[in-house]
Amino acid sequence: MTRAAATAMLEVQDLHASVEGREILRGVDLAVKAGEVHAIMGPNGSGKSTLAQVLAGHPAYTVTAGSVRYQGKDLLDMDPEERAREGVFLAFQYPVAIRGITNAYFLRSALNAVRKHRGQPELDPLEFLDLLAEKLKAIDSDDGLMNRPVNDGFSGGEKKRNEILQMAVLEPKLAILDETDSGLDIDALRTVAGAVDKLRRPDNATVVVTHYQRILNYITPDFVHVLSAGRIVLSGGKELALELEARGYDWVRSEAAV
Amino acid sequence: MTSSIESQVLQPYKYGFVTDIESDEVPAGLNEDVIRLISAKKREPAFMLEWRLKAYRHWITMKEPTWANVKYPPIDYQAIVYYAAPKQQKQLDNLQQVDPKLLETFEKLGIPLAEQKRLAGVAVDAVFDSVSVATTFKETLAQQGIIFCAFSEAVREHPELVERHLGSVVPYNDNYFAALNSAVFSDGSFAYIPKGVRCPLELSTYFRINAAASGQFERTLIVAEEGSYVSYLEGCSAPQRDANQLHAAVVELIALDDAQIKYSTVQNWYPGDEEGRGGIYNFVTKRGKCAGRNSKISWTQVETGSAITWKYPGCILQGDNSIGEFYSVAVTNNRQQADTGTKMIHLGKNTRSTIVSKGISAGRGQNTYRGQVKILKGATGARNYSQCDSMLIGDKCGAHTFPYIDVRNSTAIMEHEASTSKIGEDQIFYCRQRGLSAEDATSMIVNGFCKEVFRELPMEFAVEAQRLLGISLEGSVG
Repeated sequence: MTRAAATAMLEVQDLHASVEGREILRGVDLAVKAGEVHAIMGPNGSGKSTLAQVLAGHPAYTVTAGSVRYQGKDLLDMDPEERAREGVFLAFQYPVAIRGITNAYFLRSALNAVRKHRGQPELDPLEFLDLLAEKLKAIDSDDGLMNRPVNDGFSGGEKKRNEILQMAVLEPKLAILDETDSGLDIDALRTVAGAVDKLRRPDNATVVVTHYQRILNYITPDFVHVLSAGRIVLSGGKELALELEARGYDWVRSEAAV
Repeated sequence: MTSSIESQVLQPYKYGFVTDIESDEVPAGLNEDVIRLISAKKREPAFMLEWRLKAYRHWITMKEPTWANVKYPPIDYQAIVYYAAPKQQKQLDNLQQVDPKLLETFEKLGIPLAEQKRLAGVAVDAVFDSVSVATTFKETLAQQGIIFCAFSEAVREHPELVERHLGSVVPYNDNYFAALNSAVFSDGSFAYIPKGVRCPLELSTYFRINAAASGQFERTLIVAEEGSYVSYLEGCSAPQRDANQLHAAVVELIALDDAQIKYSTVQNWYPGDEEGRGGIYNFVTKRGKCAGRNSKISWTQVETGSAITWKYPGCILQGDNSIGEFYSVAVTNNRQQADTGTKMIHLGKNTRSTIVSKGISAGRGQNTYRGQVKILKGATGARNYSQCDSMLIGDKCGAHTFPYIDVRNSTAIMEHEASTSKIGEDQIFYCRQRGLSAEDATSMIVNGFCKEVFRELPMEFAVEAQRLLGISLEGSVG
């Protein structure tokens, strides 16, 4: 994994991380450049979600070795909110509910925190609504979720749609989608994944963490990596995903073990 | 990158300053002579002194209640100064004559008394230690027949109204602290809204304890005549001191036919330091009587201060179709203790009550909801809805709920909901991942939790309450 390391937006080297004393990541190497989409696939328990959480800075995980550089800076040295303000976005597998706070208020507060960090003026509620309308249009969504409390009583599909909507508004540099396809039916998957695809730009990058190939029908990856037992054991192009779909993960494991 | 949800240091109490002003105090301790002295200083009519003495004689036969879920060392009632007043040359005719030091004190607290700097649509009665120092907008209100003045002034100027209503909702022998208050109460506010009048301003009293060893024992009485409406706000603060100070107030509300009283409190007495030194003991009796048909009394309280809070604003729903409401947010941080809730007593037919209580505990705070809903035999068609939610921040605090329900009429409909939640690491992390700081995240989550109560507050107060909540919990999430 030394490919174009100098120009990579994200460069993960020999990353080890544990939770409650159990080591989950055992030396992950990964380089992601602007404009690329990487898919991280792997069997249950291989460490996919842990990698996503560690990159976002979840306090429950301890990094025990290795380094992560993001846009030339030490990502592991930053607080979670600092990473977010610098453009790292995690679409959660299980988005958290906040009672009594509307989605619109929450998202505007988040956007203003990011804008403030970038030295941009904060948006008042009306300016925000204008921007929101524009972003919603870009991903063919509506504002039906905006006046409801954050993820409170949302269906599985609504929660995932809401994550992508936040992503559209916050315009991250590096978006990490943690099993965004889980719990979605085919129609919802098409909507959500289609929206992600629309947000692709030459100056941003996407890491799609998934168990199944199907989301990649909508978001075509440039690279597919297989994570097994806390390490990337195989990398390839988009065709690797199809092969995994057809053959399962066992053969990768046995090859990796060699 | 620490992020364990643990109580840390509380931000210093912002209102803890002391005003350096000469004080006229009676000697510490309580006996009949002290009561006579207080009454004389206030130039009270005879009925008032007699009522005080009756209350005192009853009080000395009573025992301090111990049933509340709070712990504190015994109070030495003989060490308390029962009357302290800033020294003033003479009787005041207008605000220009108020000691500038006092005006400055209230300015610092964000309560401008100069009418040109008026709080939009709010008339203020400012109480400093034992006396009311200024009441704004009296003339404006008087034009509509509304009386809004210091309680001691009402005793002198409107003795017939005071004599008729005082003690009619909270009798002098109601409980230990109410009896003590009845004996020694110093000042407070009095409001009278005549028949059919909708009070055009929010009436507001701001209580400030300044003197060191003094207690504050104010008394508030609000009478809303037939078809009238009034919204009343109460705010409070005290200097930061190492000794505990006693605050034992009584509030009585009376709503006649079709009248409505909305009573909102933002209580921010000094809570003591993080080790639990100092702070106000807030032992308060607040009760409203919906005496008339279709009357409505609504209590909204945001309790963030005090070392100990012991307070159950309640409603006696006597008139048919009358409505009682109680909306409460109580926050305990560090070593604060709160035992608070409400009493809804249904007497009339088709009476309704709503209780929404939100308790937030952080640090080593202990938060108890105690509520009583009583449906008496004649209260056909009565309804009650109660909702008690508790939120815990950290793992050293506690939340307790004691709902008492007593139904003696089978047509009653009762609903009770309760929940306990914990601000979790995942909730905070979710917000931080979107760019919000841990403190903003906590404040947002807590404000969302309290929303049903905050929306009952008048606009200016809602903003104040949200801000206050942010300060009270600052540092409670690392």
